[in-house]
Amino acid sequence: MSEVDANGLVPLQASVTSVFYSKPSPGEPEFVNEGGQVDEDTVVCLLEIMKCFRSTTAGIKGTVEKILVNNSDMVKKGDTLMLIRPDK
Amino acid sequence: MKNRKVLVANRGEIAVRIIKTCKEMGLETVLVVSEADKESMGARLADEVVCIGPPQVNLSYLDIQKIIDAALETGADAIHPGYGFLAENAALPEACVNNGITFIGPRAETMRLLGDKISARDLAKQSNVPMAEGSQGLRSFDDVEAAVQKAGFPVIFKAAAGGGGRGMRIVTEHKELKGAFALASNEALQAFGDETLFVERYIQNARHVEVQVIGDNFGKVIHLGQRDCSPQRRHQKVIEEGRPVNLPDDLRDRILESAVALTSSVGYNSAGTVEFLVDVARNEFYFMEVNTRIQVEHPVTEEITGVDLVKEQILVAFGAPLSLSQEDVKFNGHAIECRITAEDSTDDFFPSPGCIDVFVTPEGNNVRLDTHCYQGYEISPYYDSLIAKLITTGDTREEALANMKAALSDFKIEGVETNIPFLQFIIEQPEFIEGNIHIKWLEDTVLPKFLESIK
Repeated sequence: MSEVDANGLVPLQASVTSVFYSKPSPGEPEFVNEGGQVDEDTVVCLLEIMKCFRSTTAGIKGTVEKILVNNSDMVKKGDTLMLIRPDK
Repeated sequence: MKNRKVLVANRGEIAVRIIKTCKEMGLETVLVVSEADKESMGARLADEVVCIGPPQVNLSYLDIQKIIDAALETGADAIHPGYGFLAENAALPEACVNNGITFIGPRAETMRLLGDKISARDLAKQSNVPMAEGSQGLRSFDDVEAAVQKAGFPVIFKAAAGGGGRGMRIVTEHKELKGAFALASNEALQAFGDETLFVERYIQNARHVEVQVIGDNFGKVIHLGQRDCSPQRRHQKVIEEGRPVNLPDDLRDRILESAVALTSSVGYNSAGTVEFLVDVARNEFYFMEVNTRIQVEHPVTEEITGVDLVKEQILVAFGAPLSLSQEDVKFNGHAIECRITAEDSTDDFFPSPGCIDVFVTPEGNNVRLDTHCYQGYEISPYYDSLIAKLITTGDTREEALANMKAALSDFKIEGVETNIPFLQFIIEQPEFIEGNIHIKWLEDTVLPKFLESIK
């Protein structure tokens, strides 16, 4: 779990160099949108590595403040995917 | 041959491999790349590079029109498809013919006939090639029950359009039949856009033995011996070697004759591989499939025959007769190939992309390394996990194995996880050293022991 930054937000980082997917499949809605509520185990995105998929959970209860990458962007290990404002 | 220009429609180590041979032959080269591969070793080696699109394969390496356009723009008059991607898609040779480009591979109709596993079985039957009792395309569960009644359990479902293990299911009991049929059909539909399945009797404890063939446009087809590719994980080959050990001469010769008979019957005019399952205990073998491309493990054959398969493949595509006859093919020593992949063996072999910080390669007279990687190379998450193919040779299998052991321990890769520890573990197993294994041995016997050893 990442630490809270200066603005009180928790960055969710890519665990592995991969391709970021904001939805389960092209025809379906996003896992989460900015402003959406998440729990620790809410799936927020899929990461694809060479046709293998891993789902990423929020890891914290709160609100998605900002999503920093676009669907199907490549991300590197440690890149911040989204910022979550933890519930008080 | 001079003034000809070859476009390579692939990436990774096979693009490098093809470009090197083209250079030796005095041919100019064009490499098509996606945006993710602009800095690749292949791109540095090719005379010209054309970026054909974004990293996603359907927008670049699988886009036939973009590849044909790149060939026409650069004046390339031949296309080599490598393996994977479009290598076995008959629409590529067809597009080549329509645009006056030489396709370095078999004709489109040959590819279709052999690529469809049901029509390939029909052809094999006509050439008297033995195969496991099996069905035609299954249209209903009634078809399945009738076919299984004939074949007897265990059975294996396979996709007619199949490859790479998708759409395959082994069934040992009647009660699993319906579920497996539905799952495998769905998997085939997802993977190949065609849900057609057929069913075969499943051959247990079999070895995977394949025959390298090459043919020309004058009706001549020869074989270049066999490779044993029994060590497999999830239907993917892990280690290949040639010639196969503990294969009785008579059985060996019958397999070779079958492969040549089948490919001759369609006037096969390129490099190809006929795959078989072999039950040594029963002295039987069974046709599996034909791969109408150069294969990943082709260096094993090159090392024991001295024949450059890519060169021969290009020469026959350009209309030359085969440069050698069957009597000219001689086998020297033994060769083993290990596929080095960026996979984390401690994490269920999950792919491990990223930057290669350290890349110190093994050297030696008996070591060949086919790779596109280098220190500082970034393995992208878009494609496959193959880092290198490490091939070692020796006068005997023992020597080749000893050389492999040394080469694996000399190979230093940092920055990404690799399967080297797993490969080292495999080649130390007594059954492997004795040459007494089958295609499920790696998963059933070695993997649990390996996982225990790294706990």
